[in-house]
Amino acid sequence: MPKLIAGSVRVDRYQRRALVTGVVAAAAFVALAAAPYVLDPAVTSSWIKLFYLITLATMWNLLAGYAGMVSVGQQAYIGLGAYGLFVFNDMGFDPYSSALIASVAVGVIALPLSFIAFRLRGGYFAIGTWVIAEAVRQIVIRFDNLGAGRGRSISNYTADPVFRNMFTYWLALGILALALVVTFYLLRSRMGIALQSIRDNEVAARALGINVSRTKRIVFVIAAMGAALAGSVICIQAIGVASPNQIFSVSYSAFMIFMVLIGGIGTIEGPILGAVIYFVMDLYFSQLGLWYLVVLGLLAILVTLFLPKGIWGAIHERFNISLFPVGHRIVPVADKFLPQSSAQPTVKEKRPNGRFRR
Amino acid sequence: MIVLNALVQGVLLGGLFAMAALGLSIAFGVLRVVNLAHGEIMTVGAYLAYLSLSSFGLNVWVSLLIVVPAMGFVGYWVQRLLLQRALRLSELAPLLVTFGLAIMIPNALVEVFTNDKKPLPTGDLAVQSITIVDGITIGVLPLLTLVVAVALIAGMQLFLARTQMGRYMRAAADDSDTLRLMGIDYRKVYAFAMALAFGIAALAGVFFGIRQGGVTPFDGQLTVLFAFEAVIIGGLGSLWGTLAGGIVLGIAHSLAGQISPDLPLLVGNLVFLAILVFRPTGIVRSKVAA
Amino acid sequence: MPLIHAQSISAGYGDSRAISDVILTLQNGELLALVGANGAGKSTLLRVIAGAHRPTAGTVSFKDSDISRLTDFQRNKLGISLVPEGRRLFASMTVIENLIVGAGSGRAGAWNVESVVETLPMLKPLLKRNASRLSGGQQQAVSIGRALMSNPEVLLLDEVSLGLAPIIIDELYESLSVVRQSGLGIILVEQDLARTIAVADRIMCLLEGHVVLEGKSGDLTHDQITDAYFGHSIGSFSEPDLTTEEGVQA
Repeated sequence: MPKLIAGSVRVDRYQRRALVTGVVAAAAFVALAAAPYVLDPAVTSSWIKLFYLITLATMWNLLAGYAGMVSVGQQAYIGLGAYGLFVFNDMGFDPYSSALIASVAVGVIALPLSFIAFRLRGGYFAIGTWVIAEAVRQIVIRFDNLGAGRGRSISNYTADPVFRNMFTYWLALGILALALVVTFYLLRSRMGIALQSIRDNEVAARALGINVSRTKRIVFVIAAMGAALAGSVICIQAIGVASPNQIFSVSYSAFMIFMVLIGGIGTIEGPILGAVIYFVMDLYFSQLGLWYLVVLGLLAILVTLFLPKGIWGAIHERFNISLFPVGHRIVPVADKFLPQSSAQPTVKEKRPNGRFRR
Repeated sequence: MIVLNALVQGVLLGGLFAMAALGLSIAFGVLRVVNLAHGEIMTVGAYLAYLSLSSFGLNVWVSLLIVVPAMGFVGYWVQRLLLQRALRLSELAPLLVTFGLAIMIPNALVEVFTNDKKPLPTGDLAVQSITIVDGITIGVLPLLTLVVAVALIAGMQLFLARTQMGRYMRAAADDSDTLRLMGIDYRKVYAFAMALAFGIAALAGVFFGIRQGGVTPFDGQLTVLFAFEAVIIGGLGSLWGTLAGGIVLGIAHSLAGQISPDLPLLVGNLVFLAILVFRPTGIVRSKVAA
Repeated sequence: MPLIHAQSISAGYGDSRAISDVILTLQNGELLALVGANGAGKSTLLRVIAGAHRPTAGTVSFKDSDISRLTDFQRNKLGISLVPEGRRLFASMTVIENLIVGAGSGRAGAWNVESVVETLPMLKPLLKRNASRLSGGQQQAVSIGRALMSNPEVLLLDEVSLGLAPIIIDELYESLSVVRQSGLGIILVEQDLARTIAVADRIMCLLEGHVVLEGKSGDLTHDQITDAYFGHSIGSFSEPDLTTEEGVQA
């Protein structure tokens, strides 16, 4: 414990690096936001998918990789995000505002649902979220004005396809940025430490006075809202929902899990990398049909068993790179003027990367 | 009388749900593994039965003699080769591995067998029924399903209580490291439990296929939820509770079906969620074996 | 030919080292006691011999054959049985079921449920009782009986009397003296020095993972042992905080 030897050490939160990350990320964001003015619409519109994939992966990772909740029911919130968009769109809001309002509504719905889901633990939590997703779908298809079981399209949308594409692109980019910023600051906040201790040992975390349920509940609701935003982007891009079975499909959970596992669970960088890998695989291999999904499932199993920290975890271990500094380390005060690379930590660097043991 | 009939049919349907849930219950009870691919194992069992029928012209019941041991064998090695490694890694790993299987299996089944329903004919057994009183008629097949489910649970209880392997399973559930000190390789005990879970799941899958008039690739995504709901409604760790959970779920489906044919799934899920909220330990409190 | 010969054993947990370069020999029919403060490495040494903890260095042989590469369950089948610290009963099972599971190795011999109950008479009225509903002393008796069920040639007893009332400890030691008559070798980890000196043939004292004193119990005085126990003779009062070791086994 650092405070026992206070005075001789300080806790390094990687402030400087966080600042650099922030500047670089902001620059990247501006560049990406300007892309529709420069690049061909076909390119930017394909990036929309990449953006919502990264959002989904980041949110699932927050849930499972940081808070230890393996959900296979996030499709509930993806679907609700899409259908919520219909509801607010029908009330007269434009699709983009509807997406944002719907995500808040989904957050409001997810809160009580968390009380049901949290009755279950571990594997049973996983199937419990799946049941909830099924129940949500079965309720949604009972509304005729939402298209019942047939799906429906957005009734009131931007007519001009060029503008529509740009708006949707910016929405997807904005949501992605929001998801990353929220995750980053959440993990750097006190709650990040709480989450890490919950993941490492929930009983001990409780004994230390951490409000485990509250912390997990906040993450659960944030992840639901993120999934809802991604769901509304999916819906806007397709100008509707082909069928409720598709938007509420458990395959979305499979994709999220795949992206996070391949990239590296429990890191911020991993899901981004995983989403890019999945995005590229999807471009080239999706014509394989369902065998493609079989391969995804197989890869997920192999990565779980033989590369449990994912690709980013392996990179991080070998080169000690981290783009998003969310950890802490204890450094002797005497060393604080030395370059960071040569500082000798007195306590082993403790970072949440890659590990998701109890 | 209609309600009474619905209750009777619900109890019979509950036998099927309980049978589907038994394997899940065993795997969780002994290994603390929640097999997200449980439904898919059922489906594969049904497809194996279909293959025995279509390729070798076997009767469905005879095919069980091949299907159940074959899936048991598969379960043994899935545990030894995949899940045992996952169990050592983390709490999440077994979940992720079984979810990977749950994604692979139905999609592979579509590619191999198409989406068409593959029949599992049982001759005239499917239509035979017994009329108890006016308005209440019991199908022979659902009755057989319930009887088999009850027999399996009773047999499993006896197995756990009276046989050496059964005791090892309970000991492994209590403290697998200490079991090693007794000269027992708990990994084999785990694998044997998984073999039982897979074998029983395959059997349940065949019964489910028969009831549905055949098997389709994505049946498992439905049955895994039934099985899971029955386990939780009944209360974790109680095999008889699993039967009770199956029956509650069966009655919910059956009564909802009386109101509208598109309601049973929703009502079943809602009943489950309600029980989760109001009675999270399940309806049966018992300290049975697993 | 010694029953057990452990050569240059070093072992630890993570980065912390629990025992360093320990040599231990157990002869046929001998009762060797390991003494030392909490965290001295006694339990770790027992677990290394049983195969339940992998040492970082050193070899263990049983009757002159190297068993270093065998797992704990394989060693149990050869005749090495550990009574683990904390008793570790199968909590959902009855006493008699715990005993039966203990016979898992399938080794033939004089020990069976009847002879175990005869040797540990306090178990007699408890056979059908659930193991989770026993007192500490009763649990310890079941744990010892369960280990005997495998008809071991070497019995490793970890912290037999920890947390038990003196009258129960007396009863357990009485039973152990009967067990000794069957001729097996015993390694005992015990905190109670007086009792250790009374029952042991030979005593090994560990301090911070090293053997600091070893000898026939008749040749050692109580003062010698207490000095070694607390490390006075080597000029160190430090009692290292090795909560890791206890923590792992708790």
